[in-house]
Amino acid sequence: MSRIRSLAALAATVLLGVLVSLPAGAEVRIDITRGQMKPLPIAIPDFAGAGPQDGRVGADIARVVSADLERSGLFKPVDPKAFIQTVASLQVQPRFPDWKAINAEALVVGKVEATGDGRIKVEFRLWDVFAESYMTGWTLAAAPADWRRLAHKVADAIYKRVTGEDGYFDTQIVYIAESGPKNDRKKRLAIMDQDGEGHRFLTDGSELVLTPRFSPSAREITYLSYYRGVPRVYIFNLDTGRREALGTFPGMTFAPRFSPDGNKVVFSMAEDGNTEIYEMNLLTRQKARLTNSPAIETAPSYAPDGSQIVFESDRGGGQQLYIMGATGANPTRISFGDGRYATPVWSPRGDLIAFTKQKGGQFFIGVMRPDGSGERLLAEGFLVEGPTWAPNGRVLSFFREAPSDERGRGQSVRLFTIDLTGVNERVLLTPLDGSDPAWSPLIP
Amino acid sequence: MKLRFLSIFAAAALLAACESAPSDTGAKGGAGQTAPAASAVKTIAPGSKEDFVANVGDRVFFDFDKSVLRADAKATLAKQAAWLKKYGNYAMTIEGHADERGTREYNLALGEKRANAVKEFLAANGVAASRVKVVSYGKERPVALGSNEAAWSQNRRGVTVLN
Repeated sequence: MSRIRSLAALAATVLLGVLVSLPAGAEVRIDITRGQMKPLPIAIPDFAGAGPQDGRVGADIARVVSADLERSGLFKPVDPKAFIQTVASLQVQPRFPDWKAINAEALVVGKVEATGDGRIKVEFRLWDVFAESYMTGWTLAAAPADWRRLAHKVADAIYKRVTGEDGYFDTQIVYIAESGPKNDRKKRLAIMDQDGEGHRFLTDGSELVLTPRFSPSAREITYLSYYRGVPRVYIFNLDTGRREALGTFPGMTFAPRFSPDGNKVVFSMAEDGNTEIYEMNLLTRQKARLTNSPAIETAPSYAPDGSQIVFESDRGGGQQLYIMGATGANPTRISFGDGRYATPVWSPRGDLIAFTKQKGGQFFIGVMRPDGSGERLLAEGFLVEGPTWAPNGRVLSFFREAPSDERGRGQSVRLFTIDLTGVNERVLLTPLDGSDPAWSPLIP
Repeated sequence: MKLRFLSIFAAAALLAACESAPSDTGAKGGAGQTAPAASAVKTIAPGSKEDFVANVGDRVFFDFDKSVLRADAKATLAKQAAWLKKYGNYAMTIEGHADERGTREYNLALGEKRANAVKEFLAANGVAASRVKVVSYGKERPVALGSNEAAWSQNRRGVTVLN
């Protein structure tokens, strides 16, 4: 908790932020909406450090920044072995011909130093090598233990300056870590940074847990737990480590998600064979029923402005996507393609809804506009399920399960990320099998 | 070679599935629970949990994405109801399960519908609803491994667990 508070306080300590105007045509720029684009070659030398300790941190920061940008698929870090100019002389002035010679189009120059009060200060500048101009930079200080977050913030700043879109690197992913055979599967709530670092388990596996989702503050997680054998929605507080039931309900509660303002949780309750969508106001503890049909209504997800909810229902025969007002008004079907549509999740940008689709014995991850138009399928497999958005609405995570034989051989469940063009699909490495990922907002 | 191996397993699983279909062999439907049945003759006391599993059949099976009770399921449940009325001391939990060919949350809802279909049939046949709890596990607790119809047909089930 203290590390979060200190970072939040220090995020305000932006000491540098000079903007240089550039001739428009010459600027290093990535158009993120184009598929199959050539990644931008970028040089990320070790951040310079005054002593051996700072030097080590400087090298680690450069490595994390480089890995973040590379995984986005939009940048291609140049192999440091090709570098001509030394880290020490870079601190004086970049020698642009040295970087042009190795075809680096962008250059990151950074340094780390200890502050007087036991923190570290990280400074970076992004240079446009061919225009020989400064693009962006800042200085931030934080506790030494938070060096990874500082590195992710550097990557976010570079991503934003070059693409014009917010970054998504200073974020976390909560998911379900899985182990054991399918007929005796152990599932644990686990959390990690978006690059898989800082992994830790939040539950011990003694109870079945499913479908975690972050609150907008990223400090709470709502999820389904079979604690004492009863499936109910809980809220886990990351600062206190405590969890509490969402409330007392007559039926099974599941499929929870926070509202964008964090004041409500929308979820499903199954009672006497009928599943409907409800909301619980966390401030007043009032609950309200939002749907009313004999069919299965589940997987609700709010629009980013909180005014509407997308959900799935089989009221028309098979699973399809519907949108209704936040109070349940005017449910309207939006999906009309072949197959079944499930697990809709509204993009934080509001422009798209991601979903799981089943058709012809295969599963797909896809996106469509909120009016149901423009459907595009991004990933396919025996079982792919459960998309979740990076906070900039440009990247999705989901899980992919492999089929297994009668002895359970071949069994595997892994997390993946994929960009909206569908080109850049990557495995997200986890210590155990992983499912049900949920991407956090940018960490405050 | 590998393929032949697989087809033998598939045949065995199918055989197991067929055995479970007639109402009078419900016990065999309890995949993995055939061991108690084998020694049924000498050790199982009438009215015991083992008696219920081995001689009545603790589970019924569903068609893909369906929660309506099939004829074979109704026959098994009629036997369950008769046994449960005779041994009125048991409370029970009906577990509803789904196969892996659906999304997680939908399958939780589907499992709950299946469990309730079982509960309602038992209630209609004289088992007081106050004795019965339901819980859905969706696709989380398969009994049969394998990503094929033989396994899936075993996993789409409602199980009456005596407490």
